[in-house]
Amino acid sequence: MFRKKGVFTGEGVIPYAGEGSTVTTEGAVCTQVGCAYTGDEAVAYAAKQCDIDVVAAYPITPQTIIVERFSDYVANGEVDTEFLHVESEHSAMSACVGASLAGGRVFTSTASQGLALMHEVLYLASGLRCPIVMAVVNRALSAPINIHGDQSDMMGSRDCGWIQLYAENGQEAYDLTIQAFKIAECESVQLPVTVNLDGFTVSHATESMKSIADEDVKRFLPLRKPVFKLDPASPISVGGMALPEYYYETKRQQEEALRLSDEVVQKVGKEYGELTGRSYGYMETFGLEDADAAIIALGSTCGTVRSVAKQLRAKGEKVGSIKLWMYRPFPTEELLSTIKDLKALAVMDKAISFGAPYGALCSDIASALQNTGSELRLLNMIYGLGGRDIAASTIESVFEEALQTAKTGKVKERIRFLDVRE
Amino acid sequence: MSKEASLGERMKLGWKKMPIGGVMFQPGSSVEYRTGDWRIDKKPMIDQDKCIRCFICWIVCPDVSIEREPKPHGKHQESVKVDYYHCKGCGICAAECPVDAIEMVEESRSVP
Repeated sequence: MFRKKGVFTGEGVIPYAGEGSTVTTEGAVCTQVGCAYTGDEAVAYAAKQCDIDVVAAYPITPQTIIVERFSDYVANGEVDTEFLHVESEHSAMSACVGASLAGGRVFTSTASQGLALMHEVLYLASGLRCPIVMAVVNRALSAPINIHGDQSDMMGSRDCGWIQLYAENGQEAYDLTIQAFKIAECESVQLPVTVNLDGFTVSHATESMKSIADEDVKRFLPLRKPVFKLDPASPISVGGMALPEYYYETKRQQEEALRLSDEVVQKVGKEYGELTGRSYGYMETFGLEDADAAIIALGSTCGTVRSVAKQLRAKGEKVGSIKLWMYRPFPTEELLSTIKDLKALAVMDKAISFGAPYGALCSDIASALQNTGSELRLLNMIYGLGGRDIAASTIESVFEEALQTAKTGKVKERIRFLDVRE
Repeated sequence: MSKEASLGERMKLGWKKMPIGGVMFQPGSSVEYRTGDWRIDKKPMIDQDKCIRCFICWIVCPDVSIEREPKPHGKHQESVKVDYYHCKGCGICAAECPVDAIEMVEESRSVP
């Protein structure tokens, strides 16, 4: 009643999320519905199906559509969710922490400056072991002010102790949001999860995709069973002070939980695949069986990379691509075994780590390779800042450079800034 | 300082056994915390003969570390003593005592 359902186009109304026609997918056991929606709508629809108790959020471009759609669901009585309209992202995350500690299933969403404003509370959410799920629609950080997509926001908060997943497109954003709750709420994990999707490229692009039925989501994601909760009938204290005698042990324990959560991410991704035919895990690879050179990236760029790799392979070039779904915990062992036969790896960073030897992702891979005796050459590519388009031709030039390095063993530049005007 | 270890110290757990997220399942556990460790070099000592039992120290102590006990001393029905497990040695009691019955003495001096 607040918003006519459907995506309006010149051709008429494309079925809104969950209302399209039934489609069958190879390998899927559940019925799926084909529909057209943007990445943001996909996340909001996934959240709607996850039976959330509390959403506390503050709107910020390019995430706004997520909370806007979710508000529609609340206003229309389609969900039984307490929606808290807070005055800032700092308050949003604080309210999420409280609601999560009270045993609720909690969701929020933000981007850019909003994530930066939440920064201190992110550490509380992970330190207090709150299985909150947050969609982060990656956007550049000020200054200069810019609303477009890059990953500076999440990379700036990458040490906050959250599990960090990256979606390539709207379909993955939908799928990963549903999985995120199951991962976060797993008894051994009890940690918050961010689902990252690139601003505008994913968040505002309408795609044809498949959603699963509410009952299938319910079966996949049963009610949350809190390990502990704030309950007047059985009081506990949370958020207490821990001075030098206890703080260190608490943090050591948290680190172990994050490290071990990788198995849960893998298990849940596989289980989701058995249900829908779309399996997830740490990463997706293409052409690595005989590749000399490859590109690794996070998020939407992986689609372009894979497409260019396919074209180059058709011409006989031995190239491959790696898409990381899980950035934290970093899948160190799995990545090392994946890249062991490569001669050169170009690492795409959609954020600058100012003054660091490499961008964040490349730094992680370089440190993972340390002491392994690997001869692999790393080429670090910074790209796409503030929404600068990354063209297929640019990706092709990266592949060419990586193949050259694979042949000669020489790296021309430690870090290359792609497509920047000199 | 008392050598008797507190319950909290005896139970000091390693990271594998601690409750997750620093959750405390028992209320009022801060009383177990030995803030007496924070004293640097001096502690208050009360002269029971000089003390007039005005209890100003008992009122002003910011750490509730002055205790009244029903132990007769001279003409008084009560005694006043310091809880060294929690006393941080701030010296407010000594500064406020109207009859100078409280002296800040070296840690090494034994409590009578």
